[in-house]
Amino acid sequence: MTMQVKRPKLTIWERTYLPQILHGLWLTLKHIPQRKFTRQYPEQKPPLHGAYRGAPTLVKDPEGRVKCVSCQLCEFVCPPKAIRITPTERPDDAPDANVEKEPKDFVIDMLRCIYCGYCEEVCPEEAIFLKQDFAITGYTREELQFHKGKLLELGGVQPDSIWKWKFKGAPPPDAPDAPKRVAETAAK
Amino acid sequence: MIPLLLIHLIKIACVIGVMLGIVAYTVLAERKICAWMQDRIGPNRVGPFGLLQPLADGLKFVFKEDVLPHHVNKVYFTLAPMIAMIPALITIAVVPWGSQLVIPSISHDPIPGVIADLNVGILFVFAIASLGVYGIVLAGWASNSKYPFLGGIRSSAQMISYEVCLGLSVVPVFMQVGSLNLMKVVEYQAQHTWLGFTQPLSLFIFLVSAFAETNRLPFDLPEAEQELVGGYHTEYSSMKFAMFFLGEYAAMFVASALMATLFLGGWSLPFAPFNARAQTLNVGLLHIAIFLAKVCCFLFFFIWVRWTIPRFRYDQLMGLGWKIFIPLTLLNILISGVVLAVITK
Repeated sequence: MTMQVKRPKLTIWERTYLPQILHGLWLTLKHIPQRKFTRQYPEQKPPLHGAYRGAPTLVKDPEGRVKCVSCQLCEFVCPPKAIRITPTERPDDAPDANVEKEPKDFVIDMLRCIYCGYCEEVCPEEAIFLKQDFAITGYTREELQFHKGKLLELGGVQPDSIWKWKFKGAPPPDAPDAPKRVAETAAK
Repeated sequence: MIPLLLIHLIKIACVIGVMLGIVAYTVLAERKICAWMQDRIGPNRVGPFGLLQPLADGLKFVFKEDVLPHHVNKVYFTLAPMIAMIPALITIAVVPWGSQLVIPSISHDPIPGVIADLNVGILFVFAIASLGVYGIVLAGWASNSKYPFLGGIRSSAQMISYEVCLGLSVVPVFMQVGSLNLMKVVEYQAQHTWLGFTQPLSLFIFLVSAFAETNRLPFDLPEAEQELVGGYHTEYSSMKFAMFFLGEYAAMFVASALMATLFLGGWSLPFAPFNARAQTLNVGLLHIAIFLAKVCCFLFFFIWVRWTIPRFRYDQLMGLGWKIFIPLTLLNILISGVVLAVITK
């Protein structure tokens, strides 16, 4: 079906374009004193959603212990193979020897990471979290291989109740006999 | 007593220095004002409020690699940016910046506020300013590349057509004043009324033609980034590009200065002591300040229009020039002549 577009009949004054030009000039002039929407980026960070997937990091529990047990699930699930874990045994005389394994080194290649968040999802200990850091830059490739220390520093402490040392009937972690009980459970 | 030649040289140095300074800051003003119009802040990192940005830009241009493509005609390619820059600097010589500076310790006679007090003032301006087109044509031709070539063709056609309107639009002004000398034009306006009020159509046509002559939006077809990459300066880099850039803004400055002189009373204001030649040094300096303030208003208008109106199509541009403005200017001359004849009778 054809549609007839009604074209408005322009007066001679309108056909000089001048009213529209003057209107446009007034419009742009009006915007000069108006509020600016610029975000001064490096100083003002953009507000991010809570579920934003930024840099993957390692976290510690509120007692300052590394939560990762080097199960290497994240290493296996990582689609671009950005994670490399060097596991090591936890010494038998350690207070929380029931953990058995811990990472000797934990490397995330930030140049390979695609921020998919699978590592966070797969981690049974909730030891790896995608934080909100999004501007990960460096001058060399080596600089962007984040090792365990750097990852822990970025991750900080995760104040939640999911710890590998926690089991049913366990006392609060700040109880004076907590390490002993942990050792007892390990012996069982 | 300082010899006359030295005074002239100092005057020239001051004029060129101030002009290039204003031109450099026009670039910053352009970026700032366009940002404000788009609800942004604009450059604000170099110095307080970004005021040192022109220095940073200049430094960047100096240190950039000067690429000389192997397919260009090297002589003309190098010559073109100079030709684009120089006419703007020459034409400012006949524009009166102020009335006169009375400094008895330097010279007996008051120093006129214009470098060259030519009797053919405005003709000289048109003669030299039309040379500016050669810079662009040469750049387009010598680049030996299609986009600059198209830009060069467009600009030659555009500048030649609008040169006619520009020239014809000021004829009524000189019919009314009776002199081509720009100093006399300003004095006439100081004593009578600003010519912008008696010749509004002349002012309008001169303004629009000035936009076309300086390749500013809505008539920036020679550059037309979206269609022609960079237009005639596509192949240019470093200081050669900076010369075109400065040349364009300097031409804008000259056009603004001319409009201020011809239509808005130049250095004068319609009340004493600003409506006659300065008798003291302070008034003389104030005259220069008034002139520069008027020029800055026009520069703001150039920028304001640029960020408001979209570009004309090429045939619309030529149609506007030949079919509307040239008949209008002729009509304007006719009406002015009749009115002047009736009044003087």
